[in-house]
Amino acid sequence: MKRRLDVLVCSGAACASAHSQAIRDKLQAQLVSHGLDEEVQIIETGCMGPCEMGPIVLVYPEGVFYVHLTPADVEEIVEEHFLKGRLVERLLWESPEARRLAQEKRQLPFFDGQEKVVLSNCGQIDPENLEEYIAADGYAALGRVLSEMSPDEVVASIQASGLRGRGGAGFPTGQKWLFVAQESGNEKAVVCNGDEGDPGAFMDRSLLEGDPHTVLEGMAIGGYAVGADHGYIYVRAEYPLAIKRLKRAIEQARQAGLLGPNVLETGFSFDVELRIGAGAFVCGEETALLESVEGNRGTPRPRPPYPSTSGAFKQPTLISNVETWGNIRHIVLQGPEWFRSIGTEKSPGTKVFALSGNVCNTGLVEVPMGTTLRQLVFDIGGGIPNGKKIKAVQTGGPSGGCVPAEYLDTPIDYESLKELGTIMGSGGVIVMDEDSCMVNIAKFFLDFSCEESCGKCTPCRAGLPQMLDILERITSGEGRLDDLARLRELGETINETSLCGLGQAAPNPVLSTLQHFEDEYRAHVEQGKCPAMACRTLIVYEIDAAACKACDRCRKECPVDAISGQPGKPPYSIDAEPCIRCGQCQLVCPFDAIHKTSRQAVTHRAQQQGS
Amino acid sequence: MKLEDLRKIRERASKDLNLRKGDARVRIVVGMGTSGIAAGARDVLAAFLDEIAKRDLTDVVVTQTGGRGLASSEPVVEIHVREKPIVVYGNVDRDRVGRIITEHVVNGQAIEEFVIEVREP
Repeated sequence: MKRRLDVLVCSGAACASAHSQAIRDKLQAQLVSHGLDEEVQIIETGCMGPCEMGPIVLVYPEGVFYVHLTPADVEEIVEEHFLKGRLVERLLWESPEARRLAQEKRQLPFFDGQEKVVLSNCGQIDPENLEEYIAADGYAALGRVLSEMSPDEVVASIQASGLRGRGGAGFPTGQKWLFVAQESGNEKAVVCNGDEGDPGAFMDRSLLEGDPHTVLEGMAIGGYAVGADHGYIYVRAEYPLAIKRLKRAIEQARQAGLLGPNVLETGFSFDVELRIGAGAFVCGEETALLESVEGNRGTPRPRPPYPSTSGAFKQPTLISNVETWGNIRHIVLQGPEWFRSIGTEKSPGTKVFALSGNVCNTGLVEVPMGTTLRQLVFDIGGGIPNGKKIKAVQTGGPSGGCVPAEYLDTPIDYESLKELGTIMGSGGVIVMDEDSCMVNIAKFFLDFSCEESCGKCTPCRAGLPQMLDILERITSGEGRLDDLARLRELGETINETSLCGLGQAAPNPVLSTLQHFEDEYRAHVEQGKCPAMACRTLIVYEIDAAACKACDRCRKECPVDAISGQPGKPPYSIDAEPCIRCGQCQLVCPFDAIHKTSRQAVTHRAQQQGS
Repeated sequence: MKLEDLRKIRERASKDLNLRKGDARVRIVVGMGTSGIAAGARDVLAAFLDEIAKRDLTDVVVTQTGGRGLASSEPVVEIHVREKPIVVYGNVDRDRVGRIITEHVVNGQAIEEFVIEVREP
C-alpha cells in the first residue's frame, strides 16, 4: 500500500524537552489501533525552527502544522484528520489562516523571508535514517568531488564561493583550506568546532541533531581537498541528543562505505572521531579546543603558529564551525556562483540564527546575509510580545554587543555589525524590550565571561573581575563618577592584551552598551536610578491605596512575608526592608494596584515629608 | 558502496520524500464525511493507495476532505490534475478506482459516465 501521509514529529531538543516522544508514542499506538500504520508514516525529525510553538507535528501532503500539542490531543488528530480528512482547527498554528496558506502552498510569515540552505533537511528528514539523507542528495557532493574534481579544484571552488567562517569571526574559509592544502607532510587533520556555548545560542546543536550527515559530508570533502585522512568533531557533553545522533550517523556512514578506508571505492580514506567536551566556554576558542582534543586541559595557545600549520597533535589542521561545514556540500552541488547569488557581496550565503529573548516567535531561523535586523525581529520573529517596545538586539553573545533600536535597519553582515560595535558571532540573537536594563545585561554577560575565563593570561583573569565589580557597584546605586571612564580604560586594555578571543572580546558587551546607552549608565551613577526599573536594589514595590481591594492575594504570595494588611480592610502595605523585589505580588494582583517605583523617588518623597 | 550504488539508493529513496515536496502532478481527494465513510470511502481510499503502489506512481498524492453534501452520490472522489479543471466522481467503488487510475490519472481521460461535477480550481 502506498503511503498517503507523512507525519513529521519534531524531536529537536526544545520539542523533546516538551515531551514530543510521548506524542510520537501515542501517535504510533493510535495509528496501529485504527489500522492506519501502513498508510501513515511517522518520521522523527530535527528542529523545525518555531520552537515557541512546540511540541510541533507537521503533516504532509497538506503541509499543516499542529502546535503546542499534548498526548491528549493525539486521538483527535488521528480520528478527525488522518481518518476523516478534517483538519483539527483548534490545534493548527494559525487557524484558519494556516489552513488557507497551506492550501495555497504558500508559507506562514515565520517561514516567509527565510531561505533554508544549511537547514534544508532540518525538520524535513529523519536524521537517523541514512537513506532519507541520500534521497535528499546526501553524499552526492562527496561523490562528485571524489570522481570529478581534483583537490585543488575543490579548494578553488570554496575560495570562489566567498564562504566565511560561521563561528563568528568571518575569516574566509577557502583561504584556510588553501593554507592547509599547501602544507607539506602526510598527516593532516580536519576539525569541526561544535563547542557552542553562548547563552541563547542553539544553531550548531540543532544542525547536529537534525542533519548530522551534512556535517560529516562537509568534513570528508574538506579532508579530500586538503589531504587529511581523519577528523574530529568536538561537541559538548551538554548536547546528549546531538552526540547520540552523530554517533549513529558516523556508524551508518562507516557501514555504508561513506567513511573509513576507501570511501565509495575511490581509494580516498577518511574517518571521523567524536570528542566530548566537558563544557568550558573557552574550548570554543580554536586553540583551546585543539588542546582539549589532544586530551589536555583546554587553555588557549599563543598564535602563531596557527592551526593551519600546527593544530591537533602538531599536524596542519583545518578547523571550522559546524555551520561552516554544513555549507560545503551545497556549494559543491550548486556551484560557487549560486552561493554568491545569495546574501551580500562581502558576506555571501545565509546565516542561521537562534532567536530568543523578548520576541514572539523564538526559534531557529536561516536568512540570507543582508537581511535587516528589523526583518529578523518583526517579520520572522513576529515582533515584541505584550505590546512592549523594542530597545535593543544583542548579537554575538558574551563576545558581542547590543544594537540599539534605531539601527534596526542595518543589514546583517560581518562588516555592518562590526561598525556598530558588535559582531556577527555564531548566531545567537537576543531581543530586548523596554523593560531591559542595559547595564544589567552587560553585567550578565561579563559575569559569564568572568566565570568562564580559563585563567591563563592576566588581563582576562584579573581584569574582568575588576570590570564586574564596577558594574555590581553601578547596578546597586553606588557607582562613582569616574566609573565610566575606568570601565572604558579597563575594557580597551583587556581587549588589546588578552591572549585569546574570549578575553579580547569579553569587554564588548560593556563597551557597546557604554557606546549606545551611556545615558542609562549615567542615570544609575548620577541619580541612583534604573530607568528600566530592572535593577532590584534601585526599585521598591508600592501598593496604590486607591486601587487596593484588600483581597489578600499578594500577602499570601509573598515569599518573605513583607506584605501586611487585613482582608477586607484596604489598603495593604509592603515593607521595603524584607522585600526581595521578586515581583510576585505584582503578577498576582487582580486590580493592578502594585507598581514598581524608583527607590530614589521614594527616598526623596520621605525626606520632603520629614522636613 | 560505489558511486553507482549511491545513485541507485537515491533514486529509490527519493520517492519516499515525494509526499513532503508538495509538487505532486495529481491530487486525489476522497470525501470522508460521515456519509462518505458509511458508503465505503475508507475502502475506496485504501483501493487508491494499493493501486498507486502497484503502478509505482510517484507524482500522485491521496488526501481526504469532509463531505460536500452529495450524500446520495457517496463515496465522492475529486481528481485534481495540475492546471486542469477539477473532476468530481460519484458512487466510487473498488472497480471504479482501477478505471479512474488507468484512464484518468495515467492517461488523462476523464470517465464521463461517473462524473457528477466539473469545476475550476
